[in-house]
Amino acid sequence: MNQEAFGLIFTGEHNPYMRDLVLSRAVAAVPFGGRYRVIDFVLSDLVNTGIRNVGLIVQKNYHSMMDHLGTGKEWDLNRKRDGLFLLPPFSTKDNTGVYRGDIDAFHSIMQYIRRSNQRYLILCGSHIVFNTTFDAILRQHRDTGADITIMYNEDPRFFPEEQNRDLRLLLDDDGMTVKRLEWNPRNPGSNFRSCEVMIIDKDLFEDLVEESYSRGAVDFVREVLLPRVRDLKIMGWRYDGYVGRIDSINTYFMHNMELLNAGAARDLYNMRHPIYTKVKDEIATRYGDWADVHNVVMADGCMIDGTVEDSILFRGVTVERGAIVKNSILMQGVTVRKGAVLDHVILDKNVTVNAGRQLTGYEGIPLVFRKNLTV
Amino acid sequence: MKKKIVCMLLAGGQGSRLGVLTSSMAKPAVPFGGKYRIIDFPLSNCVNSDIDTVGVLTQYRPLALNAYLGTGQHWDLDRTNGGVFVLPPYMTEHDGRWYSGTANAIWQNRSFLDQYDPDYVLILSGDHIYKMDYTKMLKFHVANNAAATIAVLRVPMEEAHRFGIMNTDEAGRIVSFEEKPKIPKSNNASMGIYIFNWKLLRDYMERDDADPSSENDFGKNIIPNMLNAGEKMVAYPFEGYWKDVGTIQSLWEANMDLLGETPVLDLNDPAWRIYTRNPVMPPHYTDHNADVKNSLVAEGCVVRGSVRHSVLFCGAKAEARTEVVDSVIFPNAVIGESCVVNKAIVGENAVIGERVQIGVPPKDGETVDNHLTGDIVLIGNDVTIPADTVIPRGAVVTAETLGQFTNGGMKA
Repeated sequence: MNQEAFGLIFTGEHNPYMRDLVLSRAVAAVPFGGRYRVIDFVLSDLVNTGIRNVGLIVQKNYHSMMDHLGTGKEWDLNRKRDGLFLLPPFSTKDNTGVYRGDIDAFHSIMQYIRRSNQRYLILCGSHIVFNTTFDAILRQHRDTGADITIMYNEDPRFFPEEQNRDLRLLLDDDGMTVKRLEWNPRNPGSNFRSCEVMIIDKDLFEDLVEESYSRGAVDFVREVLLPRVRDLKIMGWRYDGYVGRIDSINTYFMHNMELLNAGAARDLYNMRHPIYTKVKDEIATRYGDWADVHNVVMADGCMIDGTVEDSILFRGVTVERGAIVKNSILMQGVTVRKGAVLDHVILDKNVTVNAGRQLTGYEGIPLVFRKNLTV
Repeated sequence: MKKKIVCMLLAGGQGSRLGVLTSSMAKPAVPFGGKYRIIDFPLSNCVNSDIDTVGVLTQYRPLALNAYLGTGQHWDLDRTNGGVFVLPPYMTEHDGRWYSGTANAIWQNRSFLDQYDPDYVLILSGDHIYKMDYTKMLKFHVANNAAATIAVLRVPMEEAHRFGIMNTDEAGRIVSFEEKPKIPKSNNASMGIYIFNWKLLRDYMERDDADPSSENDFGKNIIPNMLNAGEKMVAYPFEGYWKDVGTIQSLWEANMDLLGETPVLDLNDPAWRIYTRNPVMPPHYTDHNADVKNSLVAEGCVVRGSVRHSVLFCGAKAEARTEVVDSVIFPNAVIGESCVVNKAIVGENAVIGERVQIGVPPKDGETVDNHLTGDIVLIGNDVTIPADTVIPRGAVVTAETLGQFTNGGMKA
């Protein structure tokens, strides 16, 4: 168990590039990887580090998140001492219930932060998936005496038209000390991108939040970290495993599909630190006599009697006889009726595609059908 | 706090007819249906029937069962008042003994029952696969004002001699009971599901306990005694799937019953889910060259070969160019490349090497001890089979018997 650190996950951010997938949910609650939600990864990373105190800041549209997390028992966070704390906004005389940015949120939950009796805070975003523990970054943070340690990885892929919370680290010759930070740069000076995880001493975090709140600052990274790179000791901690940034429909599609490659699957589905999620008590998946399935990641509870290739199927998907599904993501409860043909589509939960329909997107432009739609 | 009904689940048996499958666990913990254990069925039936207090009686490896059940949270049985309890035999300051029979197991735990002061007690066996709403049976019991109600299933007359048979009058009242009769008078087979009025049962068990000649068994002693005393005992007719999975053959058959376009046993029933301790595993992966048809595949599996008419449990692997047919592959078993697996039950964590052939017809003069298995091959839990081994039909392979298949000229 790790008694030294507690976790705080900020899920309040909005991302317009996720379009229909975030109509009724936060990015953190978007289904990912066949049976998970995006949030399961960072939450499991914390739990697998032995963190027993996790605060989760939610803002709008947090019904599906509450439904998903419940009391936290699937993550073993239904504890009497510490555990999982859902931190929704509430209206007071100086708070209207809507955060302008993360500093507002941090300020309004200061009581929770003060009450946490661990020394280090692991501050996490909620739209990046990776599977690791934070033991090594915590060790480095302690050993270097840094004020703030930011987890980063090397990611040469750059999609300028969908740039979102893109924090880049420019390092000193020692390969650790951050000498400059870039926020949504037009011409990035580095491929070292923040994984939206930083370790910071709790006391320092309190000071930084209260000071910046009092001068009306809104965004922690842009208005606190960037201007103070030189007077705070900020270090980077490099992670070399698979990192998926869910910034847009395109990256969402891309990172799901990468789970069909052994490398990404080995990292994200690493059984040494399992990813926990809400259990649905589905039966095992049933393949029929006409099933023809190749290169597919598939969760429990599916009924497959058609052709499925190069796709990700979540729990409880039905593909009837003669239907053809290629290069697609089918979320929980989707039904594809007889003879329908799908290529490069994302079907949100409980979408039904009627018999004989043909839905075709293109590489880089997947078609998205929102929750509960019948096509 | 008082409960209307409490369930006592007889999970006791070592299950010797399941052979090596139960060498390290009690029969109720044997895997079933891709992701379940046998005990998940009676437990889920209880929860779905709003019975929230279950005592699990076992004297064989209680630790494994205890670890599996935990706080009962996976069955929604982590209750403030009630829940699931493993009840092994224990010592008191006066005496202590193993459970001498099914009735004795309940009798020894009368104080567990007394603390809930139940009106009724539901008694179940831990080795049957079925879905049943016990609420309906209880209503039937109450409506009939019965002392005891026994659930019965109509079985084919020619198989009736394998069961406990309840002979009833037209009103459904039980007039006599015969255990495995040579010439059955009826085909109402007892399903091993009883509802008793607790106070009355307690009296009968007390008298039975005082009788040194008694075997302290429900079927042999308690039920006949109650019948002889003229208690009103009624048969509750059940229609639906029910299977005793106490043998290798029936365990294999019950798994196969889950397959097909309209399976004989359909577990995909949102109104009657079977709960289990779900292992934390990623979705399963079916690779480019895999060919899976008419099979169940659970999470955590990796399939690279061909799988036909089979059940793959969580974390099982079938590697490239391997053919798995008519088989049941238990959790985390790995079947290496280029194997042939025909009509087998492969135990948990078993590792099958490359080019192993399982279930081939025996050669001339070759004899196989298959009294437990018939034509099904049984590979024990945790057994590692070296590459190129040939396992004949009906064989039982354990760490001890492995040598006779890898040596002695049986190699391919």
